[in-house]
Amino acid sequence: MADGSIGLWTVPLAVLGGAIRVSTPFLFVSLGECITERSGRINLGLEGTLVMGAMSAYGISYLSGSPWLGVLAAGITGALLGALHAGICSLPRVNDVAVGIALMLFGTGLAFYLGKPLIEPTAPRLPAIDFGWWSDIPQVRAALRINVLFLIGVVLAPILYWAFRTTRWGLLIRTAGESADAARAMGHSVLLIRLRATMVGGFLAGIGGSFLSLFYPGSWNEGLSSGQGITAVALVIFARWDPLLCLWASLAFGGAAALGPALQSVGVTSGYHLFNAAPYILTLAIMIITCSPKRTLTGAPAELSITR
Amino acid sequence: MTTEAADSTDAVGTIAPAADPGFLQRHGGTIEYVLIPGAALVGALAVFGIFVAMFGKNPLDLYFYMYYGAFGTWFSWQNTLTRAAPLILTALCTALPAQLGMVIIGGEGALLIGALSATSAALALQGLPPFVVQIAMICAGVIGGGLWIMLSGGLRQYRGVNETISSLLLVYIALAILNHLVEGLMRDPASLNKPSTREIGAANMIGSIPGTDVHWGLVFGLIAAIASYILIYHTVFGFAARVAGGNIRAAKIVGLGVDKLILTVCFLAGGAAGLAGMAEVAAVQGRTNANLAAGYGFTGILVAFLARQNPLAIIPVAILLGGISASGGLLQRRLGLPDASVLVLQGIIFVFVLASDALYGRIGFLKGKS
Repeated sequence: MADGSIGLWTVPLAVLGGAIRVSTPFLFVSLGECITERSGRINLGLEGTLVMGAMSAYGISYLSGSPWLGVLAAGITGALLGALHAGICSLPRVNDVAVGIALMLFGTGLAFYLGKPLIEPTAPRLPAIDFGWWSDIPQVRAALRINVLFLIGVVLAPILYWAFRTTRWGLLIRTAGESADAARAMGHSVLLIRLRATMVGGFLAGIGGSFLSLFYPGSWNEGLSSGQGITAVALVIFARWDPLLCLWASLAFGGAAALGPALQSVGVTSGYHLFNAAPYILTLAIMIITCSPKRTLTGAPAELSITR
Repeated sequence: MTTEAADSTDAVGTIAPAADPGFLQRHGGTIEYVLIPGAALVGALAVFGIFVAMFGKNPLDLYFYMYYGAFGTWFSWQNTLTRAAPLILTALCTALPAQLGMVIIGGEGALLIGALSATSAALALQGLPPFVVQIAMICAGVIGGGLWIMLSGGLRQYRGVNETISSLLLVYIALAILNHLVEGLMRDPASLNKPSTREIGAANMIGSIPGTDVHWGLVFGLIAAIASYILIYHTVFGFAARVAGGNIRAAKIVGLGVDKLILTVCFLAGGAAGLAGMAEVAAVQGRTNANLAAGYGFTGILVAFLARQNPLAIIPVAILLGGISASGGLLQRRLGLPDASVLVLQGIIFVFVLASDALYGRIGFLKGKS
């Protein structure tokens, strides 16, 4: 299989390509969750949102013939699920972690239900931009076929970083996340801020899902996402709620996730499943290293239930 | 008035906890704990009926087949109880740590590790009397699953890692370990299409409760649920756990060993789920393979929340949800609904149950329809 001329270089190349390709869903979900968590609420349901986004993007792309409409549909689906999460959490004495678990199960179940007829047909997929035109080596070209969504995500991260710091909306979200009382004292509705933050977060997570079904792996089936959503939520925690760190962490995760298939392509098949679990093991390891029982994490929004 | 009464029960409970709350107050609370989840369940079923009607199916047919497939015949009862068995045990995996204020959602992982450990024990002890092998399988399943969840508890206590996320990540890691071993080291060369371990042997299977097709896992579940109830509500240990769950600082001040408490409770929780895995191997599958990841761990979370983390209430709730999943096959055959419809219904129920949390203490029992 491997091209003889480059031999084992296939692996780092595939990991690099994977870092770009596989990281996109991580990136979108983590940026979305970053916004939600900064407003003082955690949405564990993004795993379900990711799967729903993937399903609706594939369905709409198949029906309309336009993958970009599919991406939009995925975003809207995600925003609706976000609104549902925020709506239930607005009720008194409702725990946001539990609601997230419920929506994780609900989103996955609903996507499997509605997605049954979509397993067979092929939907138009998102186009890729060929950044590898200068190279003759097919593996390099494959690694550098980059999707526009990835580029959007890469641009979005510094924009969010900037927006959290300098814009009115960024300040409002951070205020709601640091002290709900302060936000109320300023005359803002905390519930409304969190509703919007959760909807935007869901929108981005839905788009992350559309990438799964419309670009890579690029089909709809029930095993499409296995924990990418929840990994991305964990990723936000050790990215310290910083959108720029989310970008680097997502790239690292994409690379880790690409390790299994890359090794398999050069014939290393033993331990395939263990390599596939690399992102989860990496998440856990980084959480163990970076968390501490003595203090709350630096940068953690004070209102966040999960770090208290 | 009622609200105040309920609140004062809580206050009394924290100040003089050894005293039993008054009979009337306890009774009132119980009614609320039955009525509100019941109403949530009815609401969820109504929404699911509307959902199914949108796809052109008759909701009345739906309810009939659900009832028939779950509780309509002796056959469906046995199917329901067989599915309820692992649900009781995996629900305990969420409900026990919940007493300490922890949200553990990794029962699926503990179930898989328990199944793997039990299978390993059985394969290592081939040739010994079945009784010895079965006991060893139980021990291995409990210890394997217990250590798995204890890992989450330990990470939370010693490293401050959020237990909800770590336990869920451990599910995917457990699945990877299982697939790795089943396709590698422990693979039975004869299992071509579905990589599996070797069989534990017919003699070592734990079999069914006499006169039924329901396996002994149900009895394991009932014993574990009742034992958990006694442990939590009628022992010093359980009392300490509830104190720590209510106010961890207070628990530390009065000198409770919170570390030990958390690790022990997590071990018991994981042990319950591991036992479920053992029973699935020793009574249903006869070997370990990817079939074991059937989602019992995730449905168990729902069972625990619907039962409001009460080990005794878990028993009827597990039977109810076992019934819903038992009726899935009939819904597929008779109404042409996809098998995922059970998942959708479970998701709707979960959402309704959590939203109904807002109702506690807010409605009088007499006008208590939501």
